[in-house]
Amino acid sequence: MTQYVLRRLVVLPIVLFGVSVLVFMVLHLVPGNPAQVIAGPDAPPETVAQIERELGLDRPLPEQYARYIGRVLQGDLGRSLRSRRPVLDDVMDALPNTLQLTLVAAIITPLIAIPLGVIAAARRGTRVDRGLMLLSMLGITVPVFAIALGFMWSFGYQLRWFPISGYGGPIWTFDGLRSVALPALTLAVGAVAALARLTRSAMLEVLNQDFVRTARAKGLRERVVLARHGLANALLPVITVLGLQIALLLSGAFVTETVFAWPGVGRLAVFAIQGRDFPLVQGTVLVIAVLFVLVNLVVDVMYAYVDPRIHYQ
Amino acid sequence: MNVAAAPARMGAGAQVEPAVVPRRQEFVRRFVRNRAGLLGLAIIAVLVALAALADVIAPYDWRSQDIVRRFAVPSPQHWLGTDELGRDIFSRILFGGRYSLTIGVGAVLLSFVVGTLVGIVAGFYRRLDGLLMRVVDVMLAFPGILLAIALVGALGPGLSSVIIAIGTTEIPGFARLNRSMVLSLREREFVVAARVVGASDASILLRHVLLNLVSPLLVFASLRMSTAILVGATLSFLGLGIQPPEPEWGAMVSTARQYIATAPHTFAYPTLAIFAAVVAFNLLGDALRDTLDPTLRH
Repeated sequence: MTQYVLRRLVVLPIVLFGVSVLVFMVLHLVPGNPAQVIAGPDAPPETVAQIERELGLDRPLPEQYARYIGRVLQGDLGRSLRSRRPVLDDVMDALPNTLQLTLVAAIITPLIAIPLGVIAAARRGTRVDRGLMLLSMLGITVPVFAIALGFMWSFGYQLRWFPISGYGGPIWTFDGLRSVALPALTLAVGAVAALARLTRSAMLEVLNQDFVRTARAKGLRERVVLARHGLANALLPVITVLGLQIALLLSGAFVTETVFAWPGVGRLAVFAIQGRDFPLVQGTVLVIAVLFVLVNLVVDVMYAYVDPRIHYQ
Repeated sequence: MNVAAAPARMGAGAQVEPAVVPRRQEFVRRFVRNRAGLLGLAIIAVLVALAALADVIAPYDWRSQDIVRRFAVPSPQHWLGTDELGRDIFSRILFGGRYSLTIGVGAVLLSFVVGTLVGIVAGFYRRLDGLLMRVVDVMLAFPGILLAIALVGALGPGLSSVIIAIGTTEIPGFARLNRSMVLSLREREFVVAARVVGASDASILLRHVLLNLVSPLLVFASLRMSTAILVGATLSFLGLGIQPPEPEWGAMVSTARQYIATAPHTFAYPTLAIFAAVVAFNLLGDALRDTLDPTLRH
């Protein structure tokens, strides 16, 4: 166990190094001269040269990377070309909003998915089961933006239950909670669908075991059998996949935040790319990727902790 | 797409045993019995035909505007109605199919070729394995769509950027799948036997390894087509891929979202087109998997 955690911690810097190299390379994949692209086609050469100097593009690549990583490690992600503010400030303003949205989605996901999966397993082969599985198939294949627009249209415009878009405040306030509802639901749909399927199959596996037959034979009510003998034993794979899904929620944030005008890191990244604001693009991508790596690490370690039977080589 | 990435990861990570390819008649017989697969194949055939023959079939030019009839609801004149500039949505969807299919095929081809090469080299020449797989790990450290977004952000909008961005993102999946299959193949008797009789690396790779990779790769490529189409539409939806006024499906949905309250049909039909394409390739992939190699089921 300790060894496993140590191994993962040793690999971590390698992965982070790779991530930083990839993010660094983003600027150098820009076709032509990035400084020219930023300045615009008609910009005078002095402006282009100034941007080149500002971004350090006039130096050899390894030196550029060394300077870049040096600055990043000191918390300096450069300056946004548009707002002229430090990228870190922009990202830090947006990050709490993304985390709130992700947190709410992460809380609703198991609350919806696990009961649905248990019901489908308990009613295996019936119309209820088939209907739920069809729904979850839809949840997996329908594009996130279509789900977002569908929710917006139905719950926002038609039923008027929730505000259509925007940030209504922190989620512990009433307005904030109302404003986060639609984006969080949207974000959760894919995860709910995947998790419900998994819960169903994990439950079915457990319900086939001898101790479940024994539990039924000794006359326990079905509800008790399902909860105490079924779900309790099916929960482990469910927790793992839940962890993976929570990490992946981060990538759903791009679409969801953009559609619902939610001022998070995902929307910031999309704006940055549209505005060709490369330092901001690098900053947002780096922060999201690092966050993802760390969440994954925590999930893996927790998993090993929860199930002592698991040995990692 | 947060979920779309998940099965790929799991599928690619699992140790897969390549099975012997069934004979052709046997394959056709089994495939025909798979109704979902046939449905997928039929949808794909229709989509390809509509996109290829768009010039002939489309009742209107995808550019022609009719401002008087903007937001017209579906009618015999405009089967799927018109958009905010009075352009015929049905015609635009037909032409838009060219983008989605090109993006899907282009991206999958790119990741297929590069990923297979990387995976085979890593599995066969173990000295390079560590390095190549670390690179793959780093690429997988980016959640779902993030790497594609970063790449398209650097390359700028446009068809080739989208194909390169999505194709690159898909490389790790192909690399891992190939590597794990090669690892198990190289220990099999027929490969060992070929080596014993003095076959060269090239001949072993071509005749004994590559041939056995074909069917699992076909299955995987079909499933990845649906992801590539989905991510392509998403990038355009975010305004990062194909730009309006081009009739790319995701771009159409993106424009339509401003009129969602008043003209829901403008976003419903392009969305339906994306959904049909995504589901069709998923169904085909699942059917191919069941037909070619039931052991691939996880």
